[in-house]
Amino acid sequence: MWFRAAVAAGTWTARLSRRLGAGSGSIIGGRVTLALCPDALARLAAGRQVALVSGTNGKTTTSHLLAAALASMGTVAHNATGSNMLDGALAALAQDPDTRFAVIEVDELHLATVAEAVDPEVIVLLNLSRDQLDRGSEVRSVAAALSAALIRQPRTTVVANADDPMVVWAAAPAVRTVWVSAGATWAGDTTTCPRCGRSLASTTERWACECGLARPDAAWTAVDQAAGAASAVRTTGESVPVRLSLPGRFNLGNAVMAIAAAARMGVDPQDASDAMSRVDDVAGRYSLVTYGSHEVRLLLAKNPAGWTETLGVIDDAKALLIVVNAREADGRDTSWLWDVPFDELRSPTVVACGERAADLGVRLSYADIVHTTIADPVAAIAAMPPGKIDVVANYTAFADLRRRLPSAPAEAL
Amino acid sequence: MGGTADSTLVIGVLLPDALGTYSDSGNAVVLAQRARWRGIAARVLQITADVTPPTGCDIYVLGGGEDQAQVTATRWLQQHPALVGAMETSAVTLAVCAGFQILGRSMSDRSGHSYSGVGLIDVTTVPGPRRAVGQVITHCVIPGVGQLTGFENHRGISTVAASHVPLGRVVRGTGNGTPDAAGHLGDGVWTDRIVGTYLHGPVLARNPALADHLLTTATGRTLDPLDLPDQQALRRTYLQRSSR
Repeated sequence: MWFRAAVAAGTWTARLSRRLGAGSGSIIGGRVTLALCPDALARLAAGRQVALVSGTNGKTTTSHLLAAALASMGTVAHNATGSNMLDGALAALAQDPDTRFAVIEVDELHLATVAEAVDPEVIVLLNLSRDQLDRGSEVRSVAAALSAALIRQPRTTVVANADDPMVVWAAAPAVRTVWVSAGATWAGDTTTCPRCGRSLASTTERWACECGLARPDAAWTAVDQAAGAASAVRTTGESVPVRLSLPGRFNLGNAVMAIAAAARMGVDPQDASDAMSRVDDVAGRYSLVTYGSHEVRLLLAKNPAGWTETLGVIDDAKALLIVVNAREADGRDTSWLWDVPFDELRSPTVVACGERAADLGVRLSYADIVHTTIADPVAAIAAMPPGKIDVVANYTAFADLRRRLPSAPAEAL
Repeated sequence: MGGTADSTLVIGVLLPDALGTYSDSGNAVVLAQRARWRGIAARVLQITADVTPPTGCDIYVLGGGEDQAQVTATRWLQQHPALVGAMETSAVTLAVCAGFQILGRSMSDRSGHSYSGVGLIDVTTVPGPRRAVGQVITHCVIPGVGQLTGFENHRGISTVAASHVPLGRVVRGTGNGTPDAAGHLGDGVWTDRIVGTYLHGPVLARNPALADHLLTTATGRTLDPLDLPDQQALRRTYLQRSSR
């Protein structure tokens, strides 16, 4: 009885928060429920097939893809807005209390707590690299904590990226693992072995350390053929075509991770892939917005690894707006901008925006990128000649921009 | 300059694979570009653990790293005395955070185990009670450099011997976490060849006067002022406002 009242109180609070215009309300609603009933998460998850999706980059996209795949088999609860702390997970389950499946995106620092509460069928571990060092502490400590958490879940299958040494080190001790060769383009945090600290010998195909930590054989491989054709190839020889509406090599990797997870949860891989092909907007990411005489494409990149992936998605023919904030959710330290290879930019026009536009502008100057600096991104768009613009924003900058661009997709942030 | 026959300024980034966590290799980019914009040819060498390090660089830079990487980096430097000798007698060195600690006499890790540093500077570091994370402002003791801004993220308490001076007097933040001879909280260290600090940012991107000081020390040349767009706005952000 108390549990139901606690969930109801949280749901009411969330609704009130939404009506007051304070956002989706999932965070405050979740907090109210957890304060009233600390084991609410475990009770809300009970009886469902739960998948947790974690890692530094691609959590939101992969959880959207996996939710779409599972929806081909049954009802799904999902924290679709990307509120990925404990409270966001709880709100998603409370909002849809009777689903067969649940897909929960979880911040890597909260994975241990959520996993312990919900005893998931599957944990998807995408990649681990530096992000918000001021908040999250060192990457290796995060991986070590994840590893300890995974050992405590003997019934869970960990679907893990075999191409990321930090992920392999974290997931190797898990009882059940499905390794996926999903790719890793940014190796800035794993040039040394996460286990022993030696320099890591690696080729594009394989990596291995003298201490014995090496890339495991993958059960699934993301294969990117020429001209947009791609597939998920299983060691059994099965090959599943993947036709995504989302751009980029890294989203192919995310999709193959999601196919492997869906297959483990009972979905036919081809059905999973077909369902995922219709996902074209992930909480506003990759969405096209018309603003005045501009067609704006919104991209999110919040750390060096994410940026490296995004550089391959930016359209060199379009003007480019980069928006950088440094609020708590972004990480206060802007040093990470110096690990982004901005010198590779080929856009004809580049504008530095955001609350840390000056930090970004200085970085661009040292990369010999000619640019202008306009702190307000909406003013910057308005000032540009009519046409197509790619906007790459970090976390809070992206959320602000979505809220402010009038014709942005209407889902609450 | 340095070990090269031509007049190219050579900047060596030591162990970017181990000491690259906080993007400090950006300091080398800043130094090289500020040299080039003054008409001085410059080259950046990434010196990884698997090579015998060149001893002829004009400037060496070391960055911050995770605990385990710091131990590996210290051991590697101790195995290359010729490099340490060059840092002591011919080159100029910028050492940030873990890099700064490594160049000192000793460090101890969280379990209390103490181990020797490279010993180029008379600094000892022990772990503090909590991590110091946040924006830092210091008054730099190098004439003409002015205020320094940076972001610290470390657990070290570093004591600078009376024979050295800290690089800056802390106005905001923690820095070394210990007072200097006059009782002021200090950050880093300044000797004739070595600049050590806890400041990331990277520190030279936020403090171009410190970059120019290193360039002048390394080249012996007086440098014309540079007016970089956004630079003043960046410094205003961190120095004038009580920014977070």
